[in-house]
Amino acid sequence: MTTPQQKTVESDLKMQSIGLNAWFGQKQALKDINVDIKANTVTAIIGPSGCGKSTFIRCLNRMHELIPNAKMTGQILLDGENIFDKTVDPVMVRRRVGMVFQKPNPFPTMTIYDNVAAGLRLTGAKKGKNLDEVVKRSLEQATLWDEVKDDLKKPGTSISGGQQQRLCIARAIALQPEVILMDEPCSALDPIATAKIERLVVELKRDYTVVIVTHNMQQASRVSDYTAFMYLGSLIEFGSTKDIFESPKNQLTEKYITGEFG
Amino acid sequence: MGKHYPRLRWIALNHQIPPKFFTKKIKITGDFLFKNLAAVIAASAIVILIITGYVLTTDSVPVIERFGTDFFFGTAWNPVEGREVFGALPYVLGTLVTSGIALLIGVPLSLGIAIFLVEMAPRSLRVPISYLVELLAAVPSVIYGLWGLFIFRFWILNYIEIPLSTYLGWIPIFSGTPFGLDLFTAGCILAIMIIPTVASISKEVISAVPNSIREGAYSIGATKWEVIRHWVISYGRSGIFGAVILGLGRAVGETMAVSMLIGNATGPAAMPTSLFQPGQTMASLIANGFLEATGELEVAAYVGVGLILLIMSLLINVGAHIMVTKVLKVKGGAVE
Repeated sequence: MTTPQQKTVESDLKMQSIGLNAWFGQKQALKDINVDIKANTVTAIIGPSGCGKSTFIRCLNRMHELIPNAKMTGQILLDGENIFDKTVDPVMVRRRVGMVFQKPNPFPTMTIYDNVAAGLRLTGAKKGKNLDEVVKRSLEQATLWDEVKDDLKKPGTSISGGQQQRLCIARAIALQPEVILMDEPCSALDPIATAKIERLVVELKRDYTVVIVTHNMQQASRVSDYTAFMYLGSLIEFGSTKDIFESPKNQLTEKYITGEFG
Repeated sequence: MGKHYPRLRWIALNHQIPPKFFTKKIKITGDFLFKNLAAVIAASAIVILIITGYVLTTDSVPVIERFGTDFFFGTAWNPVEGREVFGALPYVLGTLVTSGIALLIGVPLSLGIAIFLVEMAPRSLRVPISYLVELLAAVPSVIYGLWGLFIFRFWILNYIEIPLSTYLGWIPIFSGTPFGLDLFTAGCILAIMIIPTVASISKEVISAVPNSIREGAYSIGATKWEVIRHWVISYGRSGIFGAVILGLGRAVGETMAVSMLIGNATGPAAMPTSLFQPGQTMASLIANGFLEATGELEVAAYVGVGLILLIMSLLINVGAHIMVTKVLKVKGGAVE
């Protein structure tokens, strides 16, 4: 296991995973994961199916614990504060660390507008100009505004899959989180929709820190600054994307990247 | 078709349709038999409904002819020959009031059970509790009646009715001297009786809410309570509504337990003015009076009440169906 390299981008640590272990019942899904995530970068998590990529990012906003019998140990630091600490409210963690899922999951019983506004309403935001502003800004940031501005009253599920995924990104952005987690956000989308999301990911890092799980190695190399390669629940290699793809230190990483397995 | 046969044959010859087309023999195969047998059996459900409706209508004609709209909106009930007068209004209202109480108390309890079982209970509790809840439906209604008559009504009387009538007796619906055999007790027993129906269907509906919806809601910082309230129930609302309507259907038609607990008032005294006063539902009226009915007009009056009950039940079900399929359907295939 290698330590993250400090030289490439000069930015602060946003999140840190220290000795993270996670279980589903008796089955250990993550083994001693140590990753440093820097602010305003895109970190890609790659690895074959079942290697624990999704479990890892679901620990970063404490979604993992929602699964019955799931357990985790170790530490996740968000701005130096351990989010597993008993005094930390998972709801507050999830407001600071937003998430976009593999399959677009806009809320079908809500309009497009309400989908974006839902998170703010939970924090007590009332209807009005302010909320309208935030909804508009979030949809603009998610590059969806022009496509849906006349259909804000339509159900969130009435738009195409790619649009739905950008709606989910807008929904996450609306809360102005610090980190956005993306769990294979393009795996259910066509190439054009995928390209749009990828462009968006690169833009998002200006304002947010992005962690993206992907199956697609080209995607990882296109969008990310850092890449973590995981295999069978362990972190095999972590470093700048350039290093990982051009001169991997571990044989497994090299084999995976060259497509020998995976 | 026999006498047109030559003509058909002419058409056949001139249009090169093989004559066999018209003379095709029906082969009696197992498939044929089964298909038609199934059709007959399926049709029998409709036939039974039509016959029931027809008989109730024709047999209640004498009373409707004699009293007209007074049969539906009158309050008097006197079977004494020569002085007969029949009005069904108190029993229609009694049915609505007891069913209303049943829903008011039973639906929140059932939803609570369903939500607890799906969203909170550990797996080791979920199965046994679901089983026990469904077992409540297997208890015969006369058992509920007996238990209600000898035990439950005293709980209601001592802990709810007497305190309420003592302190809030100035409110008309709590007025009177409670005795325990009244609209409120009947409504409470109905509430218990609809729990298995409403709870188990709501449980299925809530389990069917996709996890991706819950995850999405959690990911934007919703608490468990918010996820249930704003997402799970909203997604499952038409199904839950259907469950409530099925419960209502059961409450409206329930007979035995109600007739044992409602106090069986007749005539203007059965008008539901206070909850703590004996009343009567349509079903309990029929159950109590039908056997002793002698006069032709009296029998017709009971049948007429039965007709109103049947129509009301049908309207509830049809209305529910329309509500569930049309009004509450969200576009985009979300709520089914």
